[in-house]
Amino acid sequence: MMYRTVIGLEIHAQLQTKTKAFCSCPADVFELEPNTAICPVCTGQPGALPVLNENVVNYAIMAGLALNCTLNERSIFDRKNYFYPDLPKGYQITQYFFPIAENGYLDIEAGGVGKRVRIRRIHIEEDAGKMIHQGTDSITGSTGSYLDLNRCGVPLIEIVTEPDLETPAQARVFVELLRDTLRALGICSGDMEKGALRCDANISMRDDASGVSSNRVEVKNINSFKFVEKALESEQERISAVLDAGGNVAKETRSWNFATKETFSMRSKEEENDYRYFPEPDLPVLKITQERVEQLRKSLPELPWQKVRRFMEQYGLPKYDASVLSSSGDVAYFYEEVALVTGKPKESSNWIMGEVMRIMNERDLSIENLGLKPEHFKELFEMIDSGIISNSVAKEILPEVIERKRSPAFIVKEKGLEQINDDSIIEKAIREAMKSNPKAVQQFREGKEGVLGYFVGAVMKATRGKANPARVNEIARRLLKD
Amino acid sequence: MKINPLKLRLSEMRGLRGAFSFYRDRIERFDKDLKAFLQVLQSSAEETERSFPFSLKDNILALGTRTTCSSRILENYESPYDATVTCKLKESGGHLLGKTNLDEFAMGSSTENSAFFTSRNPWDLSRIPGGSSGGSAAAVAAGLTPFALGSDTGGSVRQPASMCGIVGFKPTYGLVSRYGLVAFASSLDQIGPMTRCVQDAADVMSIISGHDVKDSTTVKSSLSFNIDLKGEVKGLKMAVPEEMLDYRGLEDGVKASFMDAVEELKRAGAVIEKISIPSVKYAVATYYLIAPAEASSNLSRFDGIRFGPRHEATNYDELVSRNRDMGFGREVKRRILLGTFTLSAAYYDAYYRKALRTRKLMANELKAVLTEFDFILNPSSPVVAPVIGEISDPLSYYLMDIYTIPANVAGLPSISVPIAPVDGLPTGMLLTGRRFSDVKLLEAASFIEGFSPAYEDGLTRIAERWVE
Repeated sequence: MMYRTVIGLEIHAQLQTKTKAFCSCPADVFELEPNTAICPVCTGQPGALPVLNENVVNYAIMAGLALNCTLNERSIFDRKNYFYPDLPKGYQITQYFFPIAENGYLDIEAGGVGKRVRIRRIHIEEDAGKMIHQGTDSITGSTGSYLDLNRCGVPLIEIVTEPDLETPAQARVFVELLRDTLRALGICSGDMEKGALRCDANISMRDDASGVSSNRVEVKNINSFKFVEKALESEQERISAVLDAGGNVAKETRSWNFATKETFSMRSKEEENDYRYFPEPDLPVLKITQERVEQLRKSLPELPWQKVRRFMEQYGLPKYDASVLSSSGDVAYFYEEVALVTGKPKESSNWIMGEVMRIMNERDLSIENLGLKPEHFKELFEMIDSGIISNSVAKEILPEVIERKRSPAFIVKEKGLEQINDDSIIEKAIREAMKSNPKAVQQFREGKEGVLGYFVGAVMKATRGKANPARVNEIARRLLKD
Repeated sequence: MKINPLKLRLSEMRGLRGAFSFYRDRIERFDKDLKAFLQVLQSSAEETERSFPFSLKDNILALGTRTTCSSRILENYESPYDATVTCKLKESGGHLLGKTNLDEFAMGSSTENSAFFTSRNPWDLSRIPGGSSGGSAAAVAAGLTPFALGSDTGGSVRQPASMCGIVGFKPTYGLVSRYGLVAFASSLDQIGPMTRCVQDAADVMSIISGHDVKDSTTVKSSLSFNIDLKGEVKGLKMAVPEEMLDYRGLEDGVKASFMDAVEELKRAGAVIEKISIPSVKYAVATYYLIAPAEASSNLSRFDGIRFGPRHEATNYDELVSRNRDMGFGREVKRRILLGTFTLSAAYYDAYYRKALRTRKLMANELKAVLTEFDFILNPSSPVVAPVIGEISDPLSYYLMDIYTIPANVAGLPSISVPIAPVDGLPTGMLLTGRRFSDVKLLEAASFIEGFSPAYEDGLTRIAERWVE
């Protein structure tokens, strides 16, 4: 059978506000000692009350605008009630009945095809704390569990799509573009590995011809961009296998296990909590004025797709280059500086997308931490152009520029890496090679042109690779023919 | 001491040397009979020219005290911060005498639901003091504290004030910060003063009221309680709802006392009319859907994990169940169950949503009446204080809340002022005004003090056994 896949995503994004959603504790708690960023409000002490952080609202509005949503002038906070040790109040403050933003979209491009993914809603909510279990991964069977409440009350927005995605690859592209967008807005670090961006996916499959279809399955705990695609592919296989075998796909919540590269069942939908949502009486109706929205609209930074378009127009870059470079704000910013200083936008792009990003990935460093300056590239390009160094020498020395924080010209000079362009030196080296191997000279003269490579190689060896290869070639040919 | 603090208003007591130890001694002497206090404190602060003693209902946090809410689940809970009202009183010179008894988590009308003990009515020790702020009411009425704060969710300040013969004022919702008041039903809860005269209530309000950045439901209002009450009712229009006067549970004596007071008001030039507010008959039902729903959520944080006694269990679910089972009393459990049920997805529309609609309807009707009239008048409670244990059916107590609930449901200011006792037991007249008419309400209430036989020299009488 030919199954059609239907995927919808629910994405939680931690907002990078200074303070938490409903108290004045710091919101950036990632590397803090357990229980050091807490107060009566976020630990749910009796009598404590939430006070809404207005910056959380601003960030949610910005996300709503970037994702083309309708912003609701009135939205309401609700309580989602359930018991869990990491939820000190016994309820999470969220927006269930009336979210702040609705009915938006994000245009993606996957496999060269454009697609509009509709956004159902964006709402504000608070994060829960963290538990560290002894002996097992979960509270069940744990011999002891510690509670770190630092993360309680860290602001989140939840972004819910319509079930518009048709392939796991589209889902990954969507999440990546969403991350780039939130980063461009400066409202979320987008770091999935650190939990700043979390993705749950709903997937179901259907064979239109026979009408056979599966129940909807929710996949949780997808904690990297790669796994968005991997987890959904694995689930796609599992579901189609069940359908092919005439089986029934359970309506359930499954978790992605990145070690086994498979999903496993967490609970059936029937076992789910009744969250007893009702309006949060401690917070007034959230009203946002048209003026506020317009002000934020005007202050929106350049968004990824706008940047791609501009890079193509302004720097004449191919779409691929423009997309790669603009996927990170830091990289894009650096690229523009390099292109400006060197006056060579395409070469700048080749270098940054190639060597620079390779080194970033290898060493897990941000572009800022590499310590490269646009002037470094200006020097490199000039040395290449004037024949002082070859392209390959330029690539070789880049890691040293980074490690030793010295300019490329300094390193070239210090190590004596300048190319030898002096014909007399090259001539001398060739004559010596010819003298030591008259047989090869004979072969060339009998028409075996391939022997030329032997002489070029011998000269390069003798000059420790510094001879200008083009000159060597030309001179060797001339002398051999004599 | 030549001056008898029991004869002084709050403003006259300020800065009186030895006032704290005077009351402290009285508590020592009398509270074993009255059982109003859960904790009594030593004063650590030095008395100044502004200082005065006060007491708090034990669901309001104060550093250096336990806040138990009269519940086992909080019996060892040390307040980690000061409630905003506590903070304001301290900054204004207040010295905390002690924390007073209440029905567990303020759920009840008698203090019989306290996990620790039942407080006594100072006019008859065999009777309840009312509730839930019964400890505060008894302590003020017996002169063991110049004033106390209570919390009023459905009448918990006004009903015990009426039963103990003192003034109980529930301000407009949003005038007094709830930060540091352990929440029962957040949209209904309001802290209010319990005093021996209306002027004292105004003076306490001038200290505790005002917008608080820590409580988003407080309002910025230009209302000033820094006033000298003159007591004037001439020309004011007052409405007596027939639904309340014809209420079957209204005792004859209470009704007669109330009607006498109405006549006095008429003589003074007030215009009083009998009217109808049909939705009032749904007041109790509406309240007992909304309040338990909010309570079921507000009390979720009491799981015995971060505070409260923790009991042996083999897994998390059992741990929380056992902690809550051992920690909460019957009435609290009843209301949590009720609220959990009405908020559940299957019943939300039928109960909670409908109650919200009724609430709106009632608020609109009350608003309409209060556009035409300045105040609504009714008895504060349909009965005088019952004997301890006399009423065992919780529903009977629920139904008695009909007189006080409308003010909470609509967020209106409402005050109980003692009028002529019935067979030696106090009764009160309840005045309810439109939102933010608090000052005008206090003016009218202070007029009642002028003719009320419950007063002596401008302060509510203290029963003889607490004076010698």
